[in-house]
Order: sequence, then structure tokens, then C-alpha cells
Amino acid sequence: MSRKTLYKVGLHATLLLILIAVAFPLYFTFVMGTLTHQEAYAFPPKLVPGNQFFANVTEAWHRVNLGRLMANSALVAVAVAVGKIVLSVLAAFAFTHFHFRGRILLFPLSMITQMLPLPVRIVPAYGLMASFGWLNTYYALIIPYLASTTGLLLFRQFFLTVPDELSDAARVDGAGPLRYLWNVLIPLSKTNIAALFVIEFVYMWNEYLWPLIVTTAPQMRVAQIGLKMMITSERTAAEWNIIMAGTILIMLPPLVVLIVMRRQFAQGIAMQSTK
Amino acid sequence: MEARFPGHRLLPYILIFPSIAVIIVFLVVPFVQAVQQSFYRTSPFGTTTLFVGLDNYAQLFSTPEYVRSLLTSVGFAALVIVGGLAASLGIAVLVTRRIRGVGFYQVAFIWTYALSPAVAGIIWALLFDPAVGLGTYVLYRITGYRINMLVEGVPALLIAAAAAAWNMLGYNICFYIAGLQNVPREFEEAARVDGAGPWRTFWRITFPMLSPTTAFLLFVNMIYAFFQVFGLIDIMTQGGPGGATEILVYKLYRDGFIRLRVNFASAQSVVLFLMVAAMALFQLRVATRRAVYSR
Repeated sequence: MSRKTLYKVGLHATLLLILIAVAFPLYFTFVMGTLTHQEAYAFPPKLVPGNQFFANVTEAWHRVNLGRLMANSALVAVAVAVGKIVLSVLAAFAFTHFHFRGRILLFPLSMITQMLPLPVRIVPAYGLMASFGWLNTYYALIIPYLASTTGLLLFRQFFLTVPDELSDAARVDGAGPLRYLWNVLIPLSKTNIAALFVIEFVYMWNEYLWPLIVTTAPQMRVAQIGLKMMITSERTAAEWNIIMAGTILIMLPPLVVLIVMRRQFAQGIAMQSTK
Repeated sequence: MEARFPGHRLLPYILIFPSIAVIIVFLVVPFVQAVQQSFYRTSPFGTTTLFVGLDNYAQLFSTPEYVRSLLTSVGFAALVIVGGLAASLGIAVLVTRRIRGVGFYQVAFIWTYALSPAVAGIIWALLFDPAVGLGTYVLYRITGYRINMLVEGVPALLIAAAAAAWNMLGYNICFYIAGLQNVPREFEEAARVDGAGPWRTFWRITFPMLSPTTAFLLFVNMIYAFFQVFGLIDIMTQGGPGGATEILVYKLYRDGFIRLRVNFASAQSVVLFLMVAAMALFQLRVATRRAVYSR
């Protein structure tokens, strides 16, 4: 073997080893989800999957009403992702295609949203939900999330690269701005829309602190809080096999969305990192 | 830039209105209220409110638990950020070493990004569970030490930090790969021709060229390690044992929503804001400096 191939083989081997190390906690999670309670407490720990996965999933499903929790999460995550896409497309369109005084707001708005994450306003924000009567409603889980700087900057960046000729042609043909947005710009933005969908769906599915405080009714809880319910609902020794089976189910939707739409996601990241 | 649709004076305002309304109602107004609340004290039954100036802040910094929480938070964030970014950069450099399969590795590492902090927390709580954890077992076989994160503070903090850094690996690696692919090869080759070794080339050429990516990731990881990690802490340790993992956001949650000390909690929010603002401005400065270079 030449030195060059040796180098390449060594590099791939190193990377694969790192990959295995990084993925190992996930593998152990999976194995644990397939064991019986007794097998889970075997010493030394088992590393080969058992055959209890479906029994454990069923048990976890019933114990914390996972079906309802995951349906809530899905509804909220899709609503937030779609809402953010709509709002940020509209705003980005305004900031790139019109000459108006409000344009000076672009920069302050993006700074403000970056500087005001939930914890710096959490107590009054909760009070606001209470005064709106929004506690334990989907409104509280969706509406406060709808503004997105990530989306605004992503679409702005893209709209600026669209040649002027397109909007000129649309104008000559007598199309108004909204028609141009809908018929020309949005079809061109498919990749960006998909990328933002992945980012926001994953983000929202994984939100924890806000859903924890604005919902207390069991039927309004989301999947992440289900994790907390699973580890605190038990009596004596932790039933890790059941907890991990439930965990696998809860982590699956964002994982699937990311893997299915990985190409668009990677392009979105490339776009963000060159802004 | 020219207006592409002249004559529509009202339309742009209508288009930005929904975004602005959300930002004002749900971000700006509550934040202003938090600042306001931090200067007042409310009696336990909410009957009277008293202006106390900076008293809440004075109390904050004279409370040993808060100072400890602040130090814990900074230490935890430092571990997560420095450890996580160093590992990610190392892996990204290996991936982009002119070999095939960059796309494969990108996908193979990105998945940790899809796991929530709470999921990462539960996975690592399992890994280091005193009874069933494989990590506990391996460590015991190698060193003879039985780690118990439910009882000992320092191991609990270290394991939580490892879980958090692991959780962010996918995101960080992805951004570093994208950043490295944007570094023009000519610079590295020129350095090599001039006789610089790979180590020197990396630190003198590649790493400085990556500074906008690094600044961006510093900011994202800081937000993660200070705030988003809440779910991880709540699942793994709930701030314990004995307050060893009670980072600022967890203390804020306990004071604001368990102990119901609203004004005290709001003062904590304002302190957190000052930290975020400083970090955001720092990131902005690095990002705009790059913009000047590239022109």
C-alpha cells in the first residue's frame, strides 16, 4: 500500500472509531429499551438487545399517556414551524422589496430577539399568559414562539440574490407584489422553506421549560415533559427498560424529520454560516 | 437598493406587522416588566408593592447560594463550550481532510442535534446510573472507583457537562465542516509552500479564518449551556446533589416558580440579560469585522 492510501485508511478508521464512541450511548439506550426489568439490572450490564421492546413501549405508552403527549408535541411543532415560515417570509419580503421607513427596524429587531431568550423575561411572560387566560392552551405553546430572526435573515439573504429582472418582468405583466411573492419567490424558496421547517420543528419538539410552566393539565402536556413524568412516576427501583423505550419513541420524530430532510438542512446551515 | 415595487406605501408595514407584534407583546413587554419588577418588592400575599431600588440586586449578590450558582453556571458553560468546540473542531478537521465521504460523515454526526437536552440528560443518566449504568461499570473496572452522581457533586457536574457537550456535537461539527469548506485552499497551500508545517498552518491560517464560525458557535453554545440545558438538568439532577448542578436558569426557575419570589427572580433575569447582551455584541463585532475583511 502506498503512503497515501495508508493515510486515508488510517483517517477513515479514526473517524469510524470516533463515530462508534459518539453513537454508543444511543446504542446502550436502545439495548436497555429491549430488556426485561431483571435483565436491566444484570451485572455486568447487558450489551445485546433482548426481545421486550414492544412490551416496554406499550407499558410506557400507557403509563404517561404518550399518545396524547406526542400528538400535542406534533401539533405544536408543526404549527410553530409553519407559522414562523409564514411570518418570516412576509417580513423578509418587506425588507427586501420595498423602500420604506420601517426598514431601519431590521437590525434592531434581529438583535432584540437574540438578546431576549425566555429566561430573561420568564416570570412576566408567564403572568401575561395567565392574564390572557392562555394557561393550559395551545395558544400559549404556539403564539409566543412565532417571531423568528433565523427565518427572517435566511429569507432576506436569499431574496437579495434573486435577480431584479424577475420582479421587473412581473411588474410589466401587471402582477402586484403579493402575486409575485406567491407565484415566483415562494416556489424559488423551497429549499430554504424546507431547511427552516427542519430547524424549527426540531427546536419546538424539543422545547422544555416553557411547556413545563404554562401547562399543568395532563392532557396538555408535551412529549418532553413525558420524560420527566416517566422518571418521577416510579415507585422503587427505576424501571430503566420502560423509561428508555419511552425515550426512544419521544426522540424519534425530530430524528426522522432531520434524516429525511438532511440535504435541505445542510444547505440551510451552509447559507447561515456564510451570511 | 431600489424599491422593486414602488407605490405600495402601506403594504410593507402590513407585511412586517405580525412579526413585530409578536416580538413586542411576547418579548419586549415581558422583559420591560421584568426590569421593572426587579426594582420592587411585593408582600407575600401580593397586597402591597414597595419600590426598593437596587435592593433585590444587593440581596442577590450577598446570597451565597446565588453566588455559588453563578460560579457553577460559568464553570459548567466553560466545560461544555471549550470541551465541546474543541472536540467538534477536531472531528470536522479530520472529516474535511481531502477524503471521500464528507457527506456521509456529516450525516453520521449530525443526529445528536435532533435529540433534546432532556433526552440527552436521560441517556447520560442511564449511562452513569449507579446500579445499571455501563459507564459506571466500565469506570469501576478500570479504576476501582464507583461513581455516584446522585450523591457526589463534582461527578454530577462533570457528567452533566459531558452530556451537554455530546448533545451539541452534531450541530457544532456541521457548522465547522461548513466553515472549513469555505476556507480557500490557496491560503493553506501558500503557507505550506513557504515551509509551514500542518500544525502551524492550522493555527496561523485556518483557525483565524474560522473566527466568524467560532464566534457564532460560541454564542449558540453559550445560550445552550446557560439556558437550553434546563431540561437536561431537570431530568438528570434537578440541581443536586446539594446544589452542585444548580446553574443560574435552574435557580431562576426555582425562585420564580417554586418559591414564588417574583421580584428576586426578575432581578436574576436582568442579570442574565446583561450576560446575553454582552455576548451578542461580542459576536456581532467579530462577525462585522469579517465583513470588512472580505470586501
